[in-house]
Amino acid sequence: MIQFRDLHKSFDAKPVLTGFTLTVPDQETVVIIGYSGTGKSVALKHVVGLLQPDAGDVIVDGQVVSNLERDALMALRREIGFVFQFAALFDSMTVFDNVALGLRRRDLSDDEIAERVREALAVVDLTGAEETYPAELSGGMRKRVGIARAIAFRPRYILYDEPTTGLDPVTSAVIDQLMVRTREHLGVTGIVVTHDMRSAYTVGDRIAMLYEGKIRQVGTVEQIQQTEDPVVRQFIEGRPT
Amino acid sequence: MLFPLCVCASLPPFSVRTSFSAVIQRIGRSTVDAVKSVGRFGHFMGDLARAVPDVAVWGRLTLVQLRRVGVDSLPVALFIAAFTGVVLALQASYTFRNTVPLYFVGTLVGKTMMLELGPVLVGLALAGRVGASMAAELGTMKVTEQVDALETLAYDPQSFLVLPRVIAGTVMFPVVAALAILVGILTGWIASLVLLDLSTHEFIKGLKLFYQFKDTWFGLFKAATFGFTIAVVGCMVGLGARGGAEGVGLSTTRAVVYSAVLLLVLDAFWALVLLR
Repeated sequence: MIQFRDLHKSFDAKPVLTGFTLTVPDQETVVIIGYSGTGKSVALKHVVGLLQPDAGDVIVDGQVVSNLERDALMALRREIGFVFQFAALFDSMTVFDNVALGLRRRDLSDDEIAERVREALAVVDLTGAEETYPAELSGGMRKRVGIARAIAFRPRYILYDEPTTGLDPVTSAVIDQLMVRTREHLGVTGIVVTHDMRSAYTVGDRIAMLYEGKIRQVGTVEQIQQTEDPVVRQFIEGRPT
Repeated sequence: MLFPLCVCASLPPFSVRTSFSAVIQRIGRSTVDAVKSVGRFGHFMGDLARAVPDVAVWGRLTLVQLRRVGVDSLPVALFIAAFTGVVLALQASYTFRNTVPLYFVGTLVGKTMMLELGPVLVGLALAGRVGASMAAELGTMKVTEQVDALETLAYDPQSFLVLPRVIAGTVMFPVVAALAILVGILTGWIASLVLLDLSTHEFIKGLKLFYQFKDTWFGLFKAATFGFTIAVVGCMVGLGARGGAEGVGLSTTRAVVYSAVLLLVLDAFWALVLLR
């Protein structure tokens, strides 16, 4: 279980999160929606200790992330897959090496690593792309490699940071299917940060809207679709005013 | 006429007060920034020391960096050294002619290449080549979230990215400097033979005249500290990059400037500490 408890974070005295509280139960996928620049990715980065909170806690499996020593934090990160907005693939490595990199931190033989990489690439329909470099891939393919890298080590949690941003509708749908398939196959707990409502309705068990540094509303897909809250309504309908 | 006079009479004290306050604020801000930088440097070095036991990660990657920093830098370093040797021989003969025996050309070429020009010129050239390349590479990785990705894959960026580069810089700079010194002395000798009518015997006599083993280790030790400094600065500045392409460009420029300045300060420091 992942818990955000009264999380506060500012950058250069500009408050981004001002009491963000949310609970993500095991085996559930929670989608965090909200306007650009409202701190959705910032919240996500606290889960893996990439950012330290100014106040409040992020608790994963009962452990307060910001209190963890280096080795304990590394151990926690081995349980969490992170899919970055622009995939963040290593330019100098092939697709195989990108996916294998996380596996090399575990006690696995070269054969096991190769097998896991092949498996992960098969899940994202990229069998045969092992020897290509990220520069040779399209945006959608890069995102799929990012997902393969995150699922290759069979994590308990997967965090997706705007997985469909910048993709055409068909490729976005493919990525959505992949996220659903990943949850069904691996039974992972997930947090998806997005402002793509179609994607949110497809992959989320629950949807939480982040607004002005706090959770404005959290509920099931149906509850969000039928919300009376004017701010949430405006966002999900994409109305300018 | 009265109005302008009044303005003139009232402005200076106000403007003096304002500018004084601005100066104090600027000094305060600069002091805070300087203390922050020292703190960041201390933190960075602490993290680097903590990464040392992670040999399984940095060991393999260091080999790649040794080649990049060392072997790939050789052409530039040797090119500079070759011309420096020739120029040194010609300038020495110009200075010594009719006053000092010409075999002192060998002394000057040898001493200068070993103690100063070999390590410093190679250091400055490689601050541009190696330091800039490290800052640009790590800066790009930082702004494209590749460094964050490394961390989420349970890698410490210090052991994956920084330590291999720092080790390579520290180990390979003396090697490159040693070869540059050799080439500089060699071209100085050839220039003496061809252009100054000096014999090999005379050149070597001059070369050996005031030679001490300290000349060799001092130059190479200095080169090692230059390599360490350039790599640390390149990595630290690169990993501190913010924004996009502009941020990476800024970091690269900063890395070269800081490295060059620190290298010259270190040069003076080691002369003061080890040559007195």
